[in-house]
Amino acid sequence: MPSLPDAEMPDALALAERAAAEQVHDPHVADVDLKPAFFDWLCRIGDNALILGHRVSEWCGHAPVLEEDIALANVALDLIGQTQMWLSLAAEVEDKGRTADDLAYLRDAMKFRNIKLVELPNGDMGVTVMRQFLFDAYHFELLTALARSESPRVAEIAAKALKEVAYHLERSSDLVIRLGDGTAESHARMQAALDALWPYAGEVFVADAVDEAVARAGIAPALPDLLPKWERTVAEVLDEATLTRPDRRFDVHVGGKQGRHTEHLGYILAEMQFLQRAYPGAEW
Amino acid sequence: MTDRKEWPLWEIFIRGQHGLNHRHVGSLHAPDAEMAIRNARDVYTRRKEGVSIWVVKSSDIAASSPSEKGPMFDPAESKVYRHPTFFDIPDEVGHM
Amino acid sequence: MYAQMVKSEGKTDRAEMSPEERAFQDRIDANEKIEPKDWMPDGYRKTLIRQIGQHAHSEIVGQLPEGNWITRAPTLERKQILLAKVQDEAGHGLYLYCAAETLGVSRDELFEKLHSGAMKYSSIFNYPTLTWADMGAVGWLVDGAAIMNQVPLQRTSYGPYARAMVRICKEESFHQRQGYAVMMRMAFGTPEQKEMAQDALNRFWYPSLMMFGPSDKDSVHSAQSMAWRIKMNTNDELRQKFVDETVPQAEYLGLTVPDETLKWNEERGHYDFAEPDWEEFFEVLKGNGPCNDERLAARRKAWDDGEWFREGLSAYADKAAARRAASDLAAE
Repeated sequence: MPSLPDAEMPDALALAERAAAEQVHDPHVADVDLKPAFFDWLCRIGDNALILGHRVSEWCGHAPVLEEDIALANVALDLIGQTQMWLSLAAEVEDKGRTADDLAYLRDAMKFRNIKLVELPNGDMGVTVMRQFLFDAYHFELLTALARSESPRVAEIAAKALKEVAYHLERSSDLVIRLGDGTAESHARMQAALDALWPYAGEVFVADAVDEAVARAGIAPALPDLLPKWERTVAEVLDEATLTRPDRRFDVHVGGKQGRHTEHLGYILAEMQFLQRAYPGAEW
Repeated sequence: MTDRKEWPLWEIFIRGQHGLNHRHVGSLHAPDAEMAIRNARDVYTRRKEGVSIWVVKSSDIAASSPSEKGPMFDPAESKVYRHPTFFDIPDEVGHM
Repeated sequence: MYAQMVKSEGKTDRAEMSPEERAFQDRIDANEKIEPKDWMPDGYRKTLIRQIGQHAHSEIVGQLPEGNWITRAPTLERKQILLAKVQDEAGHGLYLYCAAETLGVSRDELFEKLHSGAMKYSSIFNYPTLTWADMGAVGWLVDGAAIMNQVPLQRTSYGPYARAMVRICKEESFHQRQGYAVMMRMAFGTPEQKEMAQDALNRFWYPSLMMFGPSDKDSVHSAQSMAWRIKMNTNDELRQKFVDETVPQAEYLGLTVPDETLKWNEERGHYDFAEPDWEEFFEVLKGNGPCNDERLAARRKAWDDGEWFREGLSAYADKAAARRAASDLAAE
């Protein structure tokens, strides 16, 4: 690829080369008993990156200021790059000859495993920034833990993604603080965004059998273990942003991870998958 | 809103490789220095040219004005002994 | 070009020039770069603001027709490449606005002029992108036409503009190639893909030729701009160069340039080709192109919707600075 904005590309290239050279043996990839859960779980991570990256890319050309337009595109590019890595590994684990593109472009909504939060419409920049922050705060903790995964393949992808996501979190938390503590209007918009998104924020922490299976295999952390760190980050940032944590459950809207989505996902897929669906088998 | 205020302009300096000086790469707008650095990372290191970023508010830069160009730069030109070719070295001395 | 029909103000006749103007012209003739704080004729400054401003506007309005397909890009890799390219265009706009700002105009002022219609952008971006093949055609033809103009502008007389162009050309190099790569996939793909590729060429051929602007053989503005070295070639020279380079590329793709009169002229060593419909060109410039209203509306909406965001961040910066000042004072 000629030019992708990735501050850590030399590392990534080195990692990829090393992985290719060493043919890192990962027993988890071929573990037949683990396969259904491992595949599902990889789709969850990959789909979160794909759908959020897609949403963020919608801002390209429409952001409030040129510098932000460029920064948002960087985030989207990082996430789509991560999608390729996670979904490629998912396809490899599944071992049915599908590719990352097949998974992205030829599954219907019920097979998508992303959380509902990331498929919500962009709204104003307040919603976009707050959604990014709530997700980044989780994403950062997840990848930090995954970088020490017992699956070398997972650890490798996580290590690369972590560098990007650390920057995403730095950016989104700073924007939440600045806009929360900016003008009366920016404060009101950030609070409204937080109130609207809060009931979606907790879905990532609700563990099911899939999460438990990969945790038991040593691939992923137990989700409840990530929660206190997320809570601490969110509390600190909201406090500095002079925003009030909503007084309601944060896990009202769940089910995305199991393929039960909001109405919005169907429209995303209708757009995203249009060419692949309209011209089956064509090369692009 | 009536009191609209444009974000100030910042000059961006990036040290491309370890050991080399920071070099001016361009400018951008940002509300403060911290965001100028972040924006610079997003705008000017998309292809990772930089390892270190400096930002300076454009209005804080003092520059020589072109009218001073004569007095400030001409004296050096008159000190021709600073230029190596000023000195006639006999051929037999060889390359110096 | 990205800056079409830029009105130029100034004197080309040495006898009419003041001593300063003569000295200025001598510097330009000696290939010296003019820098922001140097003396310059008012006409030079105004013409450059217009030209760089138009160029910058073209970059950011130019994000829209391609941005239109980011969410529909057919593979993850194509999506990344397209997004990176459209992001580059935002960057190019940013560099150019900064270059214009060195001439004493603010970026916000230039935006206001774009939004009010007082300043123009390239006619090409008022045409719609209807199929994925248009992503190929835009990269191949539109960026290809732009490069014709931008490469020589790296040597333009105004330092900040020349430096912006150097940076832009460096980044631009992959744009045209990626466009042609998309075209190849389409032209050598399924019958439907080939049909899309031909259709894209049919729709973008003449608008691309229009990008260079009408013939400027007798244009006073062009003569002045060329004397100032802010326009490096005539419109006709560049258009001919573009046709000569593009026709063999179309042949390689097995596509037909939609011009029955197109023929290699052995004597001239160039292709003879049909002029685009200049009436259409002037109509598009006047605002009557297929997408003028949509493009401007999208830019205005982005700007207006973003006002609270920009203000919020300004307010926070002011507050943070005040807090720092207060704590410094307390520490003394």
